[in-house]
Amino acid sequence: MAAVIVGAVVVGGQAEGRTLVTHEALSFWGGYDAADGTIIDHRHPLHGERAADRVLVLPGSRGSSTTSAVLLEALRNHTAPAAIVTLGVDTFIALSVVVAQEMYGEGIPVLAVDRDVFASIPNDVTVVVRSNGRITLADRGRKGNTPNRME
Amino acid sequence: MDVQPVAELALTVSDRALLAGDRGEGVRLAMAIVVKMAKVQGAAGLLDITAAHIDSALFMGDATLDFAERLADHGATVVVPTTLNVSGVEEQRWREWAVPADWANKAQRQMRAYEKMGCRPTWTCAPYQTEARPAFGQQIAWGESSAIVFANSVLGARTERYPDLLDICAAITGRVPAIGLHLDEHRRGQDLVVLRDVPATLQASDVFYPVLGHRIGQLVEDRVPVIEGLAHHPSEDQLKALGAAMASSGAVALFHIAGVTPEAPTREAAFGGGAPGRVFEIDLSNVRDARDDLASGVSDTLHMVVLGSPHFSLDEFRQLSSLVQERTRHPNVRFLVTTSRAVAAIAREAGLLDPLQAFGGELMVDTCILTSPVLPDSIRSLMTNSAKFAYYTPGLLNRSMAFGSLSDCVASAEAGRVVRDETLWQP
Repeated sequence: MAAVIVGAVVVGGQAEGRTLVTHEALSFWGGYDAADGTIIDHRHPLHGERAADRVLVLPGSRGSSTTSAVLLEALRNHTAPAAIVTLGVDTFIALSVVVAQEMYGEGIPVLAVDRDVFASIPNDVTVVVRSNGRITLADRGRKGNTPNRME
Repeated sequence: MDVQPVAELALTVSDRALLAGDRGEGVRLAMAIVVKMAKVQGAAGLLDITAAHIDSALFMGDATLDFAERLADHGATVVVPTTLNVSGVEEQRWREWAVPADWANKAQRQMRAYEKMGCRPTWTCAPYQTEARPAFGQQIAWGESSAIVFANSVLGARTERYPDLLDICAAITGRVPAIGLHLDEHRRGQDLVVLRDVPATLQASDVFYPVLGHRIGQLVEDRVPVIEGLAHHPSEDQLKALGAAMASSGAVALFHIAGVTPEAPTREAAFGGGAPGRVFEIDLSNVRDARDDLASGVSDTLHMVVLGSPHFSLDEFRQLSSLVQERTRHPNVRFLVTTSRAVAAIAREAGLLDPLQAFGGELMVDTCILTSPVLPDSIRSLMTNSAKFAYYTPGLLNRSMAFGSLSDCVASAEAGRVVRDETLWQP
């Protein structure tokens, strides 16, 4: 990952957290437990991982139209990811955060990136997401010890 | 799925009036969400819809209830004919199941909120079977992935994939972002799926279509597939099962079958004169793999057979009633069919429910096992003929699910264990 990458701001906001990266789309209905923020789709590579408070990097959602309702529940329960980065704009994910902002006055940043940037984001590194769409490696809490060489 | 630059969104005088709160706070909230989503999607403007089908009435927790009551309590009402998808409880008989009372009360509050907004209490994921059958070319806003793919592909109506929360905002404002499947240029085929050497007897069988859909959804994800090489003209129920499966394993909202679906008189027409992006071949071994992939953690014991996702049709009741004649389910296996109030009433009138009852079967309306917490803990091992039930049960219900044809399901319920006729799946 380059020192700074830039995504298109779908929903603005700031966050910090460890990345959780998957290259498979996820239906949040039947895939995300809004009670504790765990991935519960048995067919998904992230099955069993806790996504709450992580920077979730995924191609997008799929399947059921209930995905937006599940993510809204997670946002209300504070079991949602800290930020979500998708490959291109994902309407279902954006909608949940737009509604959470209207309903509860709070949300999480949602960014859209292109294929090259998507492929460059490593799993399990701590990053800072800023409201202008910039994602940088955090100064602390990082796995590994040579941050400037994490290209 | 490249990132689009945000276009300037053009709003009409009337759009701006709703956004300013001229029709009250509930309508303002709905319009604010429509407009924000139009910007997210890079729409140039909004367009009118003339019907809606709402998945948002399904209770998922306090947030979906908050949202429904915020809209209803602030005077929002729908401005187009609007049907309702499944609810969180079977309204009349939820006490006969394992549904917690607190859940049922909140789910019913959410149902009331949508009725108060003027939606029709149809409570079905297959409204096209009775109450709402949009016309070819009609602009609509539908939720429920299996209904969306049916409306677009089989009826030729035009809807984007409306997520929960946005579908009701569209019905309240009558306006949607002018994007995606509402527009000609996005309705053309993108990928070609060719069947090779799949036996004609298998193709004619109902069990083939959910399996084929499961595989195609995995292959094409959110693109528009054109299917070629079918030797059989699929029935409406077969197309229903095909689409529901594609919309579970993938995010397919529109498919074409050359010579079958209304926007695909020919393969060339389906692709709008263009060339397929990707070409996939599916043979018998792919189909068998897809069938096996639908099953999860199958054991020798069987506790329940469940049918009706999407909701059972009248034709399916006809087939079932002849299959169960003179037979009785095993005492350890419950046999459940989920459908709509409307189809249940017609089936009862036609005498199709008596054989089901004689077999020892049960009927559930308004909802299904995925959307209402009905199953007691003792039911761990299920069987179905529905790809959608098979796809979602392990994650949502943490239970195992076997997959087979309707006739396999009846035979298994009778035998007390999973039995399957393998002859169909041979070359």
